[in-house]
Amino acid sequence: MDAVLGNAPRASRHAAPNHSSYSTSAVNFLASFYRSSIGKKWIVALTGLALIGYVIGHLVGNLQIFGAPEKINQYAEFLHSMPRALWVVRSVLLAAFFLHIFTTIKLATENRAAKGRTNEMRATTSPKPAKKTMVVSGLLVLSFVAYHLAHFTARITDARFEKLNHDVHTMVILGFQNPLVSGFYLLSVFLLCLHLSHGFQSVPQTFGLNSKSLRNAITKGGQALAWIIFAGYASIPLAVLLKQLTPAH
Amino acid sequence: MNLKLKVWRQKSATAEGRLAEYEARNIPPDASFLEMLDILNEELLAKGDEPIAFDHDCREGICGSCSLTINGIPHGPVNLSATTTCQLYMRKFTDGQTIYIEPFRARSFPIVRDLIVDRSALDRIQRSGGYVTARAGSAPDGNAILIPKTEADSAMEAAACIGCGACVASCPNASAMLFVGAKVSHLNRLPQGQPERHQRTLNMVKKMDEEGFGNCSNHYECEAVCPAEIPVTVITQLNRDYAAASVSKAVS
Ligand code: HEM
Ligand code: FES
Repeated sequence: MDAVLGNAPRASRHAAPNHSSYSTSAVNFLASFYRSSIGKKWIVALTGLALIGYVIGHLVGNLQIFGAPEKINQYAEFLHSMPRALWVVRSVLLAAFFLHIFTTIKLATENRAAKGRTNEMRATTSPKPAKKTMVVSGLLVLSFVAYHLAHFTARITDARFEKLNHDVHTMVILGFQNPLVSGFYLLSVFLLCLHLSHGFQSVPQTFGLNSKSLRNAITKGGQALAWIIFAGYASIPLAVLLKQLTPAH
Repeated sequence: MNLKLKVWRQKSATAEGRLAEYEARNIPPDASFLEMLDILNEELLAKGDEPIAFDHDCREGICGSCSLTINGIPHGPVNLSATTTCQLYMRKFTDGQTIYIEPFRARSFPIVRDLIVDRSALDRIQRSGGYVTARAGSAPDGNAILIPKTEADSAMEAAACIGCGACVASCPNASAMLFVGAKVSHLNRLPQGQPERHQRTLNMVKKMDEEGFGNCSNHYECEAVCPAEIPVTVITQLNRDYAAASVSKAVS
């Protein structure tokens, strides 16, 4: 069949000379895939999906704070009882996070260059706050993650936490009793969920799983999920500030 | 109708451009947007001024030659439903309105003069794989190749692309993925396109990247301005087919 419809005559007739070739060997597959525009989009979506998995899992863990104090403390001890698994998950997340940021910034730079000079009158066909702020919301989430890790994981920002050992329940409540801490947290999860209100619906599109019949459900469902996640995360500092959650001791 | 126009004037590809102001007077509401510019150009010529250069050909919405970014939107305001600039009528504007008329902007669409841009990058992408290599001969017998109605319809939907480049111009990233998605989907959805499916997809995406177009970030402005109403699900298909083609190449 190749002789009739094949690539050989086409390659000689149409292949443009002297451009960097996307190598097709298995060895170079990843490199060439990553170099292509669509390959980078797949990497953003794959790493985004890994981060979403974490965002949802972390929320489910956090919400246990509404149970008895032992509940979330036991959960924390359970996680720390398998240090190896914990570090595997942390490494994968860290790699996904950096790959996501590196790739999206590369895409954004390429896109700016591709647009070049813009028209004097700029307009869009509909308002798109989430889509236009992906880089900004993402970078603010990054700065939050750094603070959040220092605060609750490394515990270097609050002297009181040193004496608490595995009492996560008390630590979280003491932490959020500071309105500045809570305010920054609320702002950050808001931005994260704004990011996700566009991010969720983008994933099936990038993976080639969108369709005319699914489209509406994917868009609406993605936005709904993003704001449900926001409500979940926001509920904890709000409950602390409204004194619905108080330290056990 | 009388209108205030702010039109992009640029003498050559390398010259510095600027917005110039014009008054378009006594425009019949039933004139098309291009006819309105014709009337203005007659006036400019009579005064001995340089007429405004713009692209056009069929003036019936099928060739994809006309362009223009009107008030920031390629082919004009979208609430007027899918249309090309040549099929946009002045009655859709209000008397006394100010209208910005600028070129289709993208680094890969260099300005030739005034409102005319060079869209040949799209032709080069098309040449890199937007066809079936086999000599097709004359029209085949009806039903010689059976194609389910739904597939025929979705291929036709993608084939409606007139290659005007409004998708690129509307995209904040100057991505050509609606165009490439339409061209790839049109053939990849038909039996005749199957033998070269993977190679076509790889070649066209490679050419698209080389031509310096940006990357889709799912804003869907392209779909909103497309005069042929190509849906962004052709981009979904492009994303899927590209990944499949890459994997297939890697393991073969
Ligand atoms: C927990 C943190 C994060 C999660 C869960 C997340 C999730 C996602 C998801 C699901 C997407 C959509 C992928 C697609 O296009 O299919 C996305 C896109 C994006 N993310 Fe993130 N992200 C996070 C952090 C960040 C950070 C720190 C940045 C900083 C630059 C960032 C920048 C972007 C950008 C610019 C896009 C749009 C890419 C494009 O469409 O071209 N994200 N993110
Ligand atoms: S001039 Fe042919 S489509 Fe407008």
